[in-house]
Amino acid sequence: MSNSNANAMNGSTKRCFKLMIVDDSNLMRRRIERSQQFEDLQLVGTAGNGVEALELFKKTDPDVVTMDITMPRMDGIECIGQLVALKPAVRILVISALADKATAVEAMERGANGFLNKPFTDRQLNEAIAELMR
Amino acid sequence: MLHEQELKTFVEGTTNFFEVTAQQPASIGSPYLMEGSPAVHEYTGVINISGKRQGVVYFTAPKAMLTVLLMKMQENDFSHETMRDLVGEVANMISGNARRDFGRDFVISVPSVLSGEKPQLPQKPGMRSFIIPINWRSHSAKLIVSLT
Repeated sequence: MSNSNANAMNGSTKRCFKLMIVDDSNLMRRRIERSQQFEDLQLVGTAGNGVEALELFKKTDPDVVTMDITMPRMDGIECIGQLVALKPAVRILVISALADKATAVEAMERGANGFLNKPFTDRQLNEAIAELMR
Repeated sequence: MLHEQELKTFVEGTTNFFEVTAQQPASIGSPYLMEGSPAVHEYTGVINISGKRQGVVYFTAPKAMLTVLLMKMQENDFSHETMRDLVGEVANMISGNARRDFGRDFVISVPSVLSGEKPQLPQKPGMRSFIIPINWRSHSAKLIVSLT
């Protein structure tokens, strides 16, 4: 049973956030999905590049997105700008191995709300998502 | 001539992955120099470097090491594709570290992956490589740095 269904049956008014994971590595997508521990965060889909992410975003309207930077077809920086143009309230956490300041600044300028460097621990991921949903 | 600090950046990018992702640090064996094409394991992540320096950095690991690493990551899929993803991610993190430390003088490619029984590394004649053994649990991988 999904969290939103469970909440509805319990008469709970707790909001359920929709999550989309974008990363060109299947392994990293599964890792993020497995490691996030928020009951009120429901995965609505995953994408392997920016083009797929845009299509999925239009279909599923997520509230929270984790975004890789280096991806084929359309990179994360370009994708962030397009997602924010579609939904300014979307919360985007960049999860990238690109550890230089310039990349983080560029992502923030395009509309990202947080930046987490790879490699990361489960705790670091959950703290970063919690910060994003605050 | 490869500078010690440059080598350190590549090594730290690699060992940091083990320490954070597997929660178990890797140790470094004695580095050595060799000429010609170094032997590699079943899975190899490749980063091409241009700009101030020219060359290639490889992270090459045996399937057995990657399998244990995936187990430590709570992963259930041990397919060929997942192994390729894993060495690609390690290469990605080495590349990220290098960009941070070396700045825009180094142009660092998006990592690619080689796999198979005996993949041959493309090597310029006369090019020498630093080989740094990366030991983790009972397994050993190699970081190969070939820069001019």
